[in-house]
Amino acid sequence: MAKRVAIVGTGQTFHTSHRPDVNGQELINEAVIRALNDADLQMKDIDAIVIGNMDHFEGINYVDCWSVDGSGGTMKPIIKLTTGGTTGCTVAIGGYHLVGSGMFDRVLIIGWEKNSESDTTGAITTAFDPIWDRLVFAGAISGLAAEAQAYMARYGATDRDAARVSVRDRKHALNNPHAHLRREVTLEQVLASPILADPIHLLDVCPRSDGACAVIMASEDVAEKICPQPDWILGTAARHSYSYLGDADYGRLTSMREGSQELWKKAGIREPRKELDVIELYQPYSFGGLIWIEDMGLVGPGEAPRYIWDGNTDMGGELPINPSGGVISCNPIGATGLIRCAEAALQVMGKAEYRQVPDVKLAFSSGFGGCWWTDMILHGRKKPH
Amino acid sequence: MDRAAIIGVGMTKIEKNKVRETFADMAWEAVNKALNDAGMTIADIDNVVTTSSDFWDGRTISCMAVGDASGAAHKNVSCVEGDGAYGALYGMTRCLSGSYKTTLVTGHSKGSEGVSSLITNAAFDPIYERALGLDMVTACALQARAYMHRTGTTEEQLALVSVKNHGNALKNPLTQLPLKITVQDVLASEPIADPLHKLDCSPVSDGCAAVIIAHESVATRFRQRPVWIRGVSFCADSFFLGDRNLSRARALAAAAKKAYAMADINDPKKEIDVVELHDAFTYQELLWLEEMGLAEAATAGKLLEKGDFDRNGRLPVNASGGLLSGHPVIAAGLYSLAAVVRQIRGDAGGFQVKKAKTGLAHGVNGLAGQSHCVFILDRDK
Repeated sequence: MAKRVAIVGTGQTFHTSHRPDVNGQELINEAVIRALNDADLQMKDIDAIVIGNMDHFEGINYVDCWSVDGSGGTMKPIIKLTTGGTTGCTVAIGGYHLVGSGMFDRVLIIGWEKNSESDTTGAITTAFDPIWDRLVFAGAISGLAAEAQAYMARYGATDRDAARVSVRDRKHALNNPHAHLRREVTLEQVLASPILADPIHLLDVCPRSDGACAVIMASEDVAEKICPQPDWILGTAARHSYSYLGDADYGRLTSMREGSQELWKKAGIREPRKELDVIELYQPYSFGGLIWIEDMGLVGPGEAPRYIWDGNTDMGGELPINPSGGVISCNPIGATGLIRCAEAALQVMGKAEYRQVPDVKLAFSSGFGGCWWTDMILHGRKKPH
Repeated sequence: MDRAAIIGVGMTKIEKNKVRETFADMAWEAVNKALNDAGMTIADIDNVVTTSSDFWDGRTISCMAVGDASGAAHKNVSCVEGDGAYGALYGMTRCLSGSYKTTLVTGHSKGSEGVSSLITNAAFDPIYERALGLDMVTACALQARAYMHRTGTTEEQLALVSVKNHGNALKNPLTQLPLKITVQDVLASEPIADPLHKLDCSPVSDGCAAVIIAHESVATRFRQRPVWIRGVSFCADSFFLGDRNLSRARALAAAAKKAYAMADINDPKKEIDVVELHDAFTYQELLWLEEMGLAEAATAGKLLEKGDFDRNGRLPVNASGGLLSGHPVIAAGLYSLAAVVRQIRGDAGGFQVKKAKTGLAHGVNGLAGQSHCVFILDRDK
């Protein structure tokens, strides 16, 4: 590693389904100002900017160039990374490499989306191959339903098991002032909500939100001067392995399995369930909360429902997942992965307020999207070797 | 700071319409050429960066279409949106951070599958500007006129850029438009947006390029002699055209200055041997040269007339034929990097220039050169 890298500040907007009070640049700026304030830095201290969103959601081309009035990018190096749903985590990984390269000491990372300005499902549908995939799967929900069905068929899990995940995340969101949806629900309410694509109920899935998130990363040379307890990045991994929907192994998230194995190996983690203290999982629907923790190796195949039912992933449990309320409670898509990263950082820094998990030494955040893709980051309180 | 080098390049032929090829087909060809060039297999590549654009590709998550074909399955991967030079820049930082040893960077474009005026119109502000019907060509025409007004550069001098670069393309089998033309031919070509004639504008082409970047610890393990990245920088100016002095490109001046400093270059006019820059329109070659300190202010047109920028001149510029001779938009910066790499290695074939030790490659994002990326490449570490 050329330079070790830490998160020294984070900022999030308030999120809701429509933010007519701000335009895109103003939305971005809201997050940027909060991150700068959090790190007690000014725009002139920032050496480079990484930004990302999904172009077709706002209908703006060359967003890195268009947004400079909001991002602070005028006369600064700015680069755009975009990988669909994983974008928020991808830009964080980008910031990590820019700082780690030794070229920049303080990098501002921005993810944002004004989903209210688009037809999200229409835009997502055009991600898929026009000949082979586009007519079969429309938008995101149908593919997720196929994944859920495959998992249920394999292990006998039910939509009631999934609903338990939704109940958990929606309860956790009560502690997070930045969450878009903050209302507790019961198992019965989830199961009674309309079926969107069998077996997925309305309350199993995320909303689409307007919002932005900004994170400031700094090199080891300056990080501790900016922030007494920075959140050190211990490693990153990404897998975007499929171009075609039919190539994926439904009911398992191969990208999560391969990426997390790489990450555990990099960080010397043998038993992730025991060693991790908190997880911010990009989990846009409740079944993901079952399937993907198996792929991470937290529990064995088919064991997730029992582990969740026993309260292990609730606040106060063995390994709390999504103290923020997760994606099910707030989903400005290009920002969503970066919010996971920011929330994990807050946990490590001890700044998560009402949603703080006690004594977090090791945290995990992820991004999900594309064609069953996963990006991920491992966060720690101690400077890596 | 550690060093990185480019150890392999691969490009498809640039064409008006690769009607038989998908994005993935183009990427497959460029990647395999780059691997062959470097003497590597895909197993030697430990991470991949693709460069694509949802608007140019007409596809959300445009990187989905080329990941597998770029060899990214089961590897770490990411995607940059914008010019390929920025993709290379990110790929380089992934090596320098110590995370990876070898990054494969691809960039692709199929201009034939889009309407460039609508795509670039979507880069303007949706409330204040888009309804005016501005696009990249009209924005750049405004910039061309502003540059000519400030410097006294003539339409004939702009035309001479086209004559030179299309002429250079006659020696490059990968280009789309090798042309033997005169200044009169350019001036007589169809007016597109005053002062730009058709032959002042690049085509919007199909093509894909790939480069392989290696950390210094492995850069000499493969077949090619590494071409070292000695300096790199990027910088963006204001967004609204009215907020900028359009006749200048202060972001490019800043980026070039930083890249020179990183490369330890004191007098770029003397120390740089070959330049491949973003000549989407003829005036840009002259304006960019001045802003990069490779010509004094308001003199590039005159130096061009003297032959300074010819393939055998003092400072050969776009000896490959440049973008005027073929412009796969998102891949453009990677084609420029690859051309400089080949010059420095001495294997540029018919468009080889003499004594190319240090070269400059350049990429642009946004409207009328809002954001610039400058690479300094060198035979020596």
